[in-house]
Parts: sequence; C-alpha cells; structure tokens
Amino acid sequence: MLELAIKGSKRYYGWMVLLLGLAGIGFLVYLKQLDFGLGITGMNRDVSWGFYIANFTFLVGVAAGGVMVVLPYYLHDYKAYGKVTILGEFLAIASVVMCITFILVDLGQPMRVMNVLLYPSPNSVLFWDTVVLNGYLFLNLIIGWNVLEAERQGVHYQSWLKPLIYISIPWAVSIHTVTAYLYCGLPGRGFWLTAILAPRFLSSAFASGPALLILLCLVIRRVSNFDPGWKQIQSLAVTVAYAICINVFFLLCEVFVAFYSQIPEHMDHLKYLFVGLHGHGAYVPWMWASMTLMVIGIILLVNPVTRKNELTLIAACLCVFFGCWIDKGLGMISGGFVPNPLHEINEYIPTPLEGLITIGVYALGFFVLSILFKIAVSVKEEVRA
Amino acid sequence: MDTSRRRILQLLGLSAAALAAPPVLDALAAGPPAAEPKIGPAKGALTAKQWAMLIDTRKFKSEADIEPLVEACHTIHNVPKIDFKRWEIKWLWAAEYQHAFSGTTSLRFIADEVAHRPYLVLCNHCENPPCVRACPTKATFKRPSDGIVMMDFHRCIGCRFCMAACPFGARSFNYRDPRPFIKETNKLFPTRMKGVVEKCNFCSERLAEGKLPACVEASGGKLKFGDLFDEGSEVRKLIQTNFTIRRKVNLGTEPAVYYIV
Repeated sequence: MLELAIKGSKRYYGWMVLLLGLAGIGFLVYLKQLDFGLGITGMNRDVSWGFYIANFTFLVGVAAGGVMVVLPYYLHDYKAYGKVTILGEFLAIASVVMCITFILVDLGQPMRVMNVLLYPSPNSVLFWDTVVLNGYLFLNLIIGWNVLEAERQGVHYQSWLKPLIYISIPWAVSIHTVTAYLYCGLPGRGFWLTAILAPRFLSSAFASGPALLILLCLVIRRVSNFDPGWKQIQSLAVTVAYAICINVFFLLCEVFVAFYSQIPEHMDHLKYLFVGLHGHGAYVPWMWASMTLMVIGIILLVNPVTRKNELTLIAACLCVFFGCWIDKGLGMISGGFVPNPLHEINEYIPTPLEGLITIGVYALGFFVLSILFKIAVSVKEEVRA
Repeated sequence: MDTSRRRILQLLGLSAAALAAPPVLDALAAGPPAAEPKIGPAKGALTAKQWAMLIDTRKFKSEADIEPLVEACHTIHNVPKIDFKRWEIKWLWAAEYQHAFSGTTSLRFIADEVAHRPYLVLCNHCENPPCVRACPTKATFKRPSDGIVMMDFHRCIGCRFCMAACPFGARSFNYRDPRPFIKETNKLFPTRMKGVVEKCNFCSERLAEGKLPACVEASGGKLKFGDLFDEGSEVRKLIQTNFTIRRKVNLGTEPAVYYIV
C-alpha cells in the first residue's frame, strides 16, 4: 500500500517538502546538540527535564487518545467508527514515533540507548515505558496496516488480529499510566507525588487526542474525497467534552488537596505556576491561558449548539488541544522541578535551539502521519469508487 | 516463490527476538545469577557494612571553613569549575540552613549563629536510594559490600531519571564537555564526558587504598566517617551521644549523612 503515499497532488508534495525541511533544520540543530551536549537547551542542574520530555509526555497522551475510537468500534460494535478507527490507529503510530524521538533527543548519550535492553532493569519505570511504548507502536502498526489492507482487498481482516486488537485497548491505557508513573513514584517531588496523576494524564489524553483527531478529520474532509462523517465527528466531540471536564475536575482535586492540607511541598509548585513564587513566575501567564482555553473548550463543547456548529467546534478543539498542551507540555514538567528539593528557585526557559529541535521532531511526526493518512484516505477513496 | 521471502523475514524476526530475549529473561528470572568471579577488597582497604558520615555543623562558622573541603573533593575528582549556572557541577557544597533542611526543620526563632552557619550537603548514600530504583541501566547502583551509591559513567545513558528521583538535589549532569574546565587533571581518577550524570562517591577510590574521604581528611575532625552498623565505630557513638538530624527522613530513603546541629 506504500505506493499510495507517493501518488499525490502538488499540494500534498508541497506539504511534505515543508515538513521535511523543518525536520531537516531540526536535525541540523540536533547535530549541534550532539556535538556540544544538552547545554544548548535551557535545562540545568535543578530543572533536569525540559521541553523534550514535556512534549514526549503530552504526545504519549495523544497516542493513547486514539483508543477512544478503537474501543467503541471493537468493544461496543459502534459501527459508525468503522470509518475512523484507522485514523485513530495511525495517529497513535505517528505520536509514538514522536515520543520515541523526543526520548532519544533528550538523552545525554543517545548512542548508549541500547543499554536499556542490554541491562534491563525492571525496577525502573523507564524500562517499562520503553517496553509499553514500543509494544504500542508495533500493535498499532500491525493492526492498522492489516485491517486497512483487508479493507482494500474487500475481505474481512485476519482472525489472528482480533486478540491483538483487544490487547491494544488496555495497552493504550498502560502507555499513559506508565508515563505518569515516571513522575508520581518519586519521593520529594511534591507536585507529582499524587495518585491522581495517571488518571489525570489519561483524562487529558482522551481530551487532546480526540480533539486533534476531530481537527484532522475536518482537514481530510476538505482536502480529499473521503468523508470521515459528521456523525463520527460529533461522537468524538462528546468524548472530548467528557474528558476535558474530567481533566479540569481532577486538576481542581489537586488544588483542593494542596491548599486545604496547606503542605508547603505540595502547595508551592502550584503557587509557582499560577501566581509566582518569591518573585519568580515565568509560567503564570501560560498557566492562566491554559485554564482559560480549557474552560472555553468546556463551554463550547458542553453546549450542544456550539458543539454542532463546525466553526465553534473547531475553536473548541483548538482550545482543548492547546490548553492541554500548555498544562502538560509546559507546566507539568517545569512545575515539578521548581522549587527544587532544597526549596531554591531556578527557572527553566527553553532556548530557541531546543525549540527548533522540538519543531523538527513534530515535523517528522507529521510527516509520518501524512504518509499514513494519505494511504488510509486513498484506500478509502479506492474502496468507495 | 512468494512465500520464501516471507519465510526469510519471519526467520529474521524470530532470530532477532531470540537474540534480544536472554538478557530480558535473565533480569526477570528469580534467584541470584550464576557464580561470578570474586574480587575481594584490596590489602589495607577500609571496609564497612554501610558507610556513614557525621557532620558537626557547630564547628563550621563561615563559608571559609567549607571551602577547603569542597576544594579537596572537587580537585581529586576532576569536578569542573563552570561559572555558568546552568552547566554547574558540584559534588559537595554549602547550603543555607533552611535549604539544607528544607522539609525537615525551619528557620523560625532559631539562634542567629545556627541560622548563619554554612551546612555541608552532598549525596546521602541512602540505604534505600530512589535514584538506584529509577536508573534504567543500573548505571547507578548501591554497592552491596559497603552501601556506597556509585555511578558507572560509561554505562549512563544520560536520561537524568536519577536526578528527578533524588530528593536531595545531589546529582549533576554534564551539559557539556567538562574537561576544558578542569584546572589540573588528577590522572588517578577518571574525567567525565558530556551527557552523563555524576555525584559524590564517598571517595570509594580512596577507601580502597585505606584512606578516608578527602573532605573528611581536609576537615580536621569536623567530619567523622565510619561504619553505621558497627556498634564500636566513632560515628555510631557520636550518633548515640548527640542529637543528630538527617535530611528528609520522612521520605524513607534512610540517608547515611548525619548532622549535629
């Protein structure tokens, strides 16, 4: 089916060249980072994880979010999603590709990455994260590819795929749970040390992943002859509405526990993020922007009138996606490191260079996504014709 | 035949899986690994069940009392002196009271003299170290023979999970090549390369030669070093006869550095 990816319009080629260009710039800057070290980033002794790990965390969520179309279709026989499950699976693949790339660019000694398999350490959550992320990648690759191939041939997919499909559903939950466990099992990091971190990660995943999927479906409607379907988009919008409400609810639970208990180690990180601490507050405007975006998203999605209007639905999905991105991609990681274990404040501001590498990784991911979606859409067009 | 290519690919896949499986299975398998060659302690080496340090903070009046200790440590361990804050590397340093004992005790109503002393902080060589639990390659490990939390600089992949896991901020990362920032290289101790984590090693290399840690030696008796599980050790006696505190004991890591305040 790969041949479908190279037969495209000028617009498609232009888009791919743009993505390759951005990925190329990112790669050149990465060569610089490889040569100099991670010192080209804004990370430091106190904030030792930054933009890369934050985006990795966010994208694990987007990858897990794909399950929100897979689950209703395969477990509840919600037939309408038959048209879009492949998009959810392919979005998951592209997201996991970005996640793995973000991990790689974050390593100080990337050429030693195989040490994780050479000296497997089941006591380390990172070991398990490697296992579940790669597993999820292959599950979606195998399932997505074979189901699409079968659809193209006009036959039912192979029966041995069925167990893999069922496994892939809890597996999606596992990738984001394990990713949350990277953080919430660490003593002395009050901001992350909360049992609700994994559920919160999942709720924001099930909001941001399907929100992106809705936007992608709307794009596909415009640029191709394949219509993912308004009914499908509306069902997804309901999922996003529930998930974003739950996400904000979980966040408020955090705020309550921290501020009612008045334990400084839990309060101070939230204070730093939302009102600033001891005169430091680089993230304050961002965090309030995130809250505002999520609240606007809730209003637009809960209200049926705005949810059913394409324009306001687009606005709502953008609000949810970027609101979650700021919350998880900016605040969640930096917020956990500031103040540091000695209660000193050293802020982290990403540098332009790490910004370029980050854009490069996203470009690579969207390149993969475009190839996969192009194939999926072409097959759908073919089958319909 | 079309199936032949598929067959070869299947075989390749299976072989790859077979190659990757043994180390994974080994790690998950119960029971100790097969007998390994034993390396005993060197002649004259200092040994203990769990090394511990006792810092008599009453004897440190100003930063000037701390500096020679830091200097001794950083010189023999080739710790670079980088002024740019983001790239800073330190094994041993002076912190203010409220920072050193953050979450343990606070400044409120304490004597000026106590509040203004410099407090030496370093890796606590915890009995239950979260950094060791977090490391995905066992590049940082707790040495079973004497409880020192050590680093294998050549195995570290630079993921910095240990830095996030350490509740004492004891670890530094080489954000760039540290070698240009080492004034005089001590050829008896390795320098590090960019992209790996490092921290205090309780001078394991000196203990092997029967010497006390460099900071203890430079302190002129302000620091004591000994076996925590040896009832007769000086450290144990001092812990028994003085009121000591440790940093963040509430986290359950059991730090092996004790402070007399």
